Amino acid sequence: MLALFYIFIGVAIGVSFWQITRIMDFRGSIANDKDNDAQGKYAIGFMAFLYAMMIYCLIFMNVIMLPESASIEGEHDDNLFNITFWLIGIVQFGMQFLIFYFTFKYRGNKNNKAKFYADSHKLEFIWTVTPSIVLVGLVSYGLWQWNSVMDLSDLEDPIVIEVYSQQFNWKARYAGADNTLGFGNVNFIKGMNTMGVDMSDVNAADDKQVTELYLPKGRKIHFKFRSQDVLHSAYMPHFRAQMNCVPGMVTQFGFTPKFTTEEMRNQSEVIEKSIGINKIRRAKGEDPYIFNYLLLCNKICGASHYNMQFKITVVEQDEYDEWIAAQPTLAEVIK
Amino acid sequence: MSEHHHKETFVTKYLFNQDHKMVSKQFLITGMFMGIIAVLMSMLFRLQLAWPETSFSLVEAFLGSHQTDGIMDPDIYLALVTIHGTIMIFFVLTAGLSGTFSNLLIPLQIGARDMASGFLNMISYWLFFLSSVVMIISLFVEAGPAAAGWTIYPPLSALPQAIPGSGTGMTLWLVSMAIFVMSSLIGALNYIVTVLNLRTKGMKMTRLPLTIWAFFVTAIIGVVSFPVLLSAALLLIFDRSFGTSFYLSDIFISGEVLHYQGGSPVLFEHLFWFLGHPEVYIVLLPALGITSEIISTNARKPIFGYRAMIGSILAIAFLSTVVWGHHMFITGMNPFLGSVFTFTTLLIAIPSAVKTFNYITTLWKGNLQLNPAMLFSIGLVSTFVTGGLTGLVLGDSALDINIHDTYFVVAHFHLVMGVSAIFGMYAGIYHWFPKMYGRMMNKTLGYWHFWITIICAYGVFWPMHFIGLAGLPRRYYTNTNFPMFDDLADINVIITLFALVGGAAQLFFLANFFISMYRGEKATQNPWRSNTLEWTTPVEHMHGNWPGRLPEVHRWPYDYSKRLDANDDDSAFLHGEDFVLQTTPMLEGEIPS
Repeated sequence: MLALFYIFIGVAIGVSFWQITRIMDFRGSIANDKDNDAQGKYAIGFMAFLYAMMIYCLIFMNVIMLPESASIEGEHDDNLFNITFWLIGIVQFGMQFLIFYFTFKYRGNKNNKAKFYADSHKLEFIWTVTPSIVLVGLVSYGLWQWNSVMDLSDLEDPIVIEVYSQQFNWKARYAGADNTLGFGNVNFIKGMNTMGVDMSDVNAADDKQVTELYLPKGRKIHFKFRSQDVLHSAYMPHFRAQMNCVPGMVTQFGFTPKFTTEEMRNQSEVIEKSIGINKIRRAKGEDPYIFNYLLLCNKICGASHYNMQFKITVVEQDEYDEWIAAQPTLAEVIK
Repeated sequence: MSEHHHKETFVTKYLFNQDHKMVSKQFLITGMFMGIIAVLMSMLFRLQLAWPETSFSLVEAFLGSHQTDGIMDPDIYLALVTIHGTIMIFFVLTAGLSGTFSNLLIPLQIGARDMASGFLNMISYWLFFLSSVVMIISLFVEAGPAAAGWTIYPPLSALPQAIPGSGTGMTLWLVSMAIFVMSSLIGALNYIVTVLNLRTKGMKMTRLPLTIWAFFVTAIIGVVSFPVLLSAALLLIFDRSFGTSFYLSDIFISGEVLHYQGGSPVLFEHLFWFLGHPEVYIVLLPALGITSEIISTNARKPIFGYRAMIGSILAIAFLSTVVWGHHMFITGMNPFLGSVFTFTTLLIAIPSAVKTFNYITTLWKGNLQLNPAMLFSIGLVSTFVTGGLTGLVLGDSALDINIHDTYFVVAHFHLVMGVSAIFGMYAGIYHWFPKMYGRMMNKTLGYWHFWITIICAYGVFWPMHFIGLAGLPRRYYTNTNFPMFDDLADINVIITLFALVGGAAQLFFLANFFISMYRGEKATQNPWRSNTLEWTTPVEHMHGNWPGRLPEVHRWPYDYSKRLDANDDDSAFLHGEDFVLQTTPMLEGEIPS
């Protein structure tokens, strides 16, 4: 690939030099009828290229995209996205056609005369009002979804988890039996107490610090995010979830996992994507890829920003209960 | 106007020049120089993204101590994207675009002898020059230039412990930007005063070309929003150097708790985006203004919906100051604010849509003269539509949650404001080159330049949307640590190939520009057969622009292909030509358009 690339660059530079010296000898500056005719036709050619590329990407890149939402809340996100994408897709295809077709159709000729057409209140009205109506629809659905996702005020029996970020790793803390997190602040960071939990807080003793996230399927998870140094962003693309981690403040987000990791591995889109990835990995002699939910850092946070990941495993409730029972409490860890 | 001609020396002609036409050329050349640096940077990081584990002698040559065996270091990758963004947005598309064309066209198109204050205009340029020099110096400091992203969010930008670029590099970045803001403010005030006070007789506000409307409104947005960036930068300087806590609180880094208490990075984000979002329109509106003028001239048709265009510019300007929060949906800002910003953001789609439809209607039944400038303007409309439509996805807070800061965003803003504004700038250069240098640019090279550039622009940014939809965050040095992104590798290679070819195609432009400056065909007074006042000045530059009296304006600037009988397409052209200069008096009984 690389050799091809160098050859390609060499040829491109050679052709450029040859062309530039040749072209500068033509002293033409203003488009004449011949130019208009040629450029108008190139516009149609370009339109063909653009359409081919757009359609190719839309069809063949479908497989690389994220699978369906793995959280219940994200279903409406997918739905809204699909509606919006179809809508803008249609408008895009229509508008690009008009732009390049008109460029071709009305390419200049000295025998032609342009139409003097300066204004039409009717047309202006149509294309002010139509987008407005469409947007009202989109905004209404979007805002309804936004408010239902972001409203965490009266959750019934959620699992409270603190996700904690630092350069360059993630930790998490489960709220324990009382389902309330003990107070945390960087001033308490000391020795084993790497998340800076105030151990004098009565809620802190039963908290459980972990290095991997386990979530039960079908339960609402109430995430609280903290950062100890710079901004990070907890991005969980499969769940359509993201929130920044801000030093000095606690941010929050919530969702309900819909599929266990195991179920997701057997989901058709995931299987198809994995096959594609594994073909590439096999060629490079790497281990095969097995699907896992991930939490990635999505806010520039320093040199190793590109390698800040956290594994999420979604399991059935009983398996989760077993796992969480096996985790030591902070009181046991921090003596 | 005195006929006496001063003998000009190098010093008076270039160093202490106050003539707006020369200031304009100074802005252009400086902007182009900065642009070359920024584009070369993008080539370097595109190489890294396509072939992350491959050694390049190019990288070795350019990055010195910031690479190991021809592979760039992760923190310098971040520095490259940071400086690429900073230079392109501020130095090329703000100063290079507004500085060049506002300076050149405002006095010429409103019929003024010069800017309101030639002295301030000169100061504005030299401050811009100084800030460019400081920015370039920052590239050579030992720990590398600023690397916290062009948005320089603290605490990353405040703490050298967090990333090496936040040491001297960041200090110079802030100094450079502070000077830049001063330059920009002085320039903007000058533009506003000139447009309001120095219009020639008959040049009512409703007879101004849309270029001037765009520059005028852009300057107002700049005056409203740039001071906020300056204050944000000042507070950051305080936090960095004088121990205050405006943006910082509760930080534990390098094994110690820092003393900062009570600040919030979210405050910085608000201040930054209060400039940052209007900045998008500071970049875009001049390009749209230039496009309006060029499309109308080359379509030989009046711009469709002149008043609606002015209305859209004003609506966009107003709305641009109340949408900044859409960059911050997931920063921990109150969700209710998110709702408000979603609403205002999607509102801004309406005037944008009106402008686009008006451009397309202007093309309809025109007699299109497909000069390179015209092609770039049409290209602008195309990329503006493509990039603008994805704004409907990003502006919707519910959808933004999952694509925020992914490559989808990168694709979106590059198309809608990067490529579009650059196309507007190229269109302007091809169109007004004869006004700047008295010579014409070569059209064949212009055509090559345009077609390769637009193909490559789409080749780079269209597939990039899909990488974003696959969930790949931006600003990743490499994605090889995530097996789930392995299937994006080929797409990254293709994007880089398009980027390299597209970058190389700019050589067509540079060659054309500099050779034409000396060897181009001599320009005639009105080569594009345009209506506006700048084409009534002599080809050779002179102080004061017009020999003798200033021109008097009798009509709007878009009387192209006007017929004797406005309702009859078959009747003869007014004055027998398909254009009527703004200085031509109304015929008896003629209905003003």
